[in-house]
Amino acid sequence: MAIYNDKVMDHFMNPRNVGEIENPDGIGTYGSPVCGDMMQITINVDDNDVITDAKFKTFGCGSAIASSSMATEMIIGKTVDEALAVTNNEIIDELGGLPAVKIHCSVLADHAIKCAIYDYAEKNGKTYKGLEGFDPDADDDDEEAGCDGPACGTGNE
Amino acid sequence: MRQVYMDYSATTPVKKEVLDEMVPFFTEHYGNPSSLYTIGQESKEAISKARQRVASLIGADEKEIFFTACGTESDNWALFGVTDVKKKKGNHIITTKIEHHAILHSCQFLEKHGFDVTYLDIDDQGFVDPEELKAAITDQTIMVSIMMVNNEIGTIEPIKELVKVTKEKNKDIIFHTDAVQGLGNVPIDVKDLGVDLMSMSAHKIYGPKGTGALYVRRGVRLSNYIHGGAQENKHRAGTENLAGIVGFGKAAEIAEQTLDEHIKHSSSLRDYFVQQVLEKIPDTYVNGTMEKRHPGNANITFKYIEGESILLLLDSKGIYVSTGSACSSASLTPSHVLTALGVPVEMIHGTVRFSIGDFTTKEDLDYVIGELTEIVKKLREISSVSEKKGW
Repeated sequence: MAIYNDKVMDHFMNPRNVGEIENPDGIGTYGSPVCGDMMQITINVDDNDVITDAKFKTFGCGSAIASSSMATEMIIGKTVDEALAVTNNEIIDELGGLPAVKIHCSVLADHAIKCAIYDYAEKNGKTYKGLEGFDPDADDDDEEAGCDGPACGTGNE
Repeated sequence: MRQVYMDYSATTPVKKEVLDEMVPFFTEHYGNPSSLYTIGQESKEAISKARQRVASLIGADEKEIFFTACGTESDNWALFGVTDVKKKKGNHIITTKIEHHAILHSCQFLEKHGFDVTYLDIDDQGFVDPEELKAAITDQTIMVSIMMVNNEIGTIEPIKELVKVTKEKNKDIIFHTDAVQGLGNVPIDVKDLGVDLMSMSAHKIYGPKGTGALYVRRGVRLSNYIHGGAQENKHRAGTENLAGIVGFGKAAEIAEQTLDEHIKHSSSLRDYFVQQVLEKIPDTYVNGTMEKRHPGNANITFKYIEGESILLLLDSKGIYVSTGSACSSASLTPSHVLTALGVPVEMIHGTVRFSIGDFTTKEDLDYVIGELTEIVKKLREISSVSEKKGW
């Protein structure tokens, strides 16, 4: 199969951290089925601000699932600040590259993480430098206007 | 691992009898058909024989068949050739929203050059309504182009009726049909249909890639599209793809001889496949009519999951399918055909086209159904949407 490299295929065929944490410390969903991909990420954070667990559920293509798998793997064990510093390019690098038309999948994963952390921060009255300027309502679900940036949600609306 | 090809609408394997007839034209009978010496004239005769065979498959006269490089070239030639000849009579073209990109993108090009194009809708079964076509015709209309069989959902359009309403309104309007998916899959008699132009391709009927044809009804005028030498009775320049044309001819002959058998084989397996998938996999839908449909086409939506993921996991099991149409796989735009059919966008993303052909067996399908059931289950477990959660 030539469209994805072996690493992407491995994370797609054998995704890590699939599922949903019960009563998570933070939950975020990003994307929309109308746009072809939607990710939900749930996280648990301990008293030292370390992400102890992350799970994902994704509706989407091979690279969306692989990006979600890789993203959760990358943030587990990191502090919230470190997780916020993860960029979509780092997700792509860890995956060994994505086809040009699939770059947005890594952006989606990056945003889903931020959405989950935003939810955690809101619930716990915390502020993070990495969330400055992060607007979960940006491009608020305006599916008519295109599929570039639907807003965060908790997945329960 | 078992390999199951279920993408016959994308292309077909070349049948052995076809290849056997082609091979000598690469190495022994390689003369240029335009050359006057013996081996050149032998090539010319081989092309003439192929032309007769293609003509016979569609009930045409051999003089009405012009070989091209592919279905896309035939479509381009039809549109650009007719609009060039008729541009002084009018600037309006009518087509549909579900045409192949060879038609749609050519029409968009013509729009940039002063032509008006009407894109007809389809109903929820996939059919173009002859009354809508009739209503769309104006005194500026010079051409109608409507496909015979849709490549994604397999709908067989009522071409005869569409030609009738067009010609009743104005007999000078040229009617073109893209029959690339129809050829060899539905009975075609151009005289009975009344079409003026018809596009065909060899590689969809177990012939080689790189060869197509345009049927041009005697008396219909259109400008040349490829300019150069005097090949194809001075209408399509370029040294003939000799072996390809010979292969097209043989494939057409086999298609004509085995048409009934082919239709019966494909449609009975397709019906079995659809019935099994709908029964074994919940939240699954067939798009388009099951009546008047390409015998091998099954276009199925799997709710709550995405088509490329299904395709990749099937591929890992040696099963080859396409999402929507093969051309769309590299693009993120949802299928224009399913959009026109009214399928919700989130469901379009979960749609797979399975196409069955002469080499498909029931055992193949049982293997596919088993693997598909597991794959859909796995992806639904991963998915962030479900019946419980909703979209």
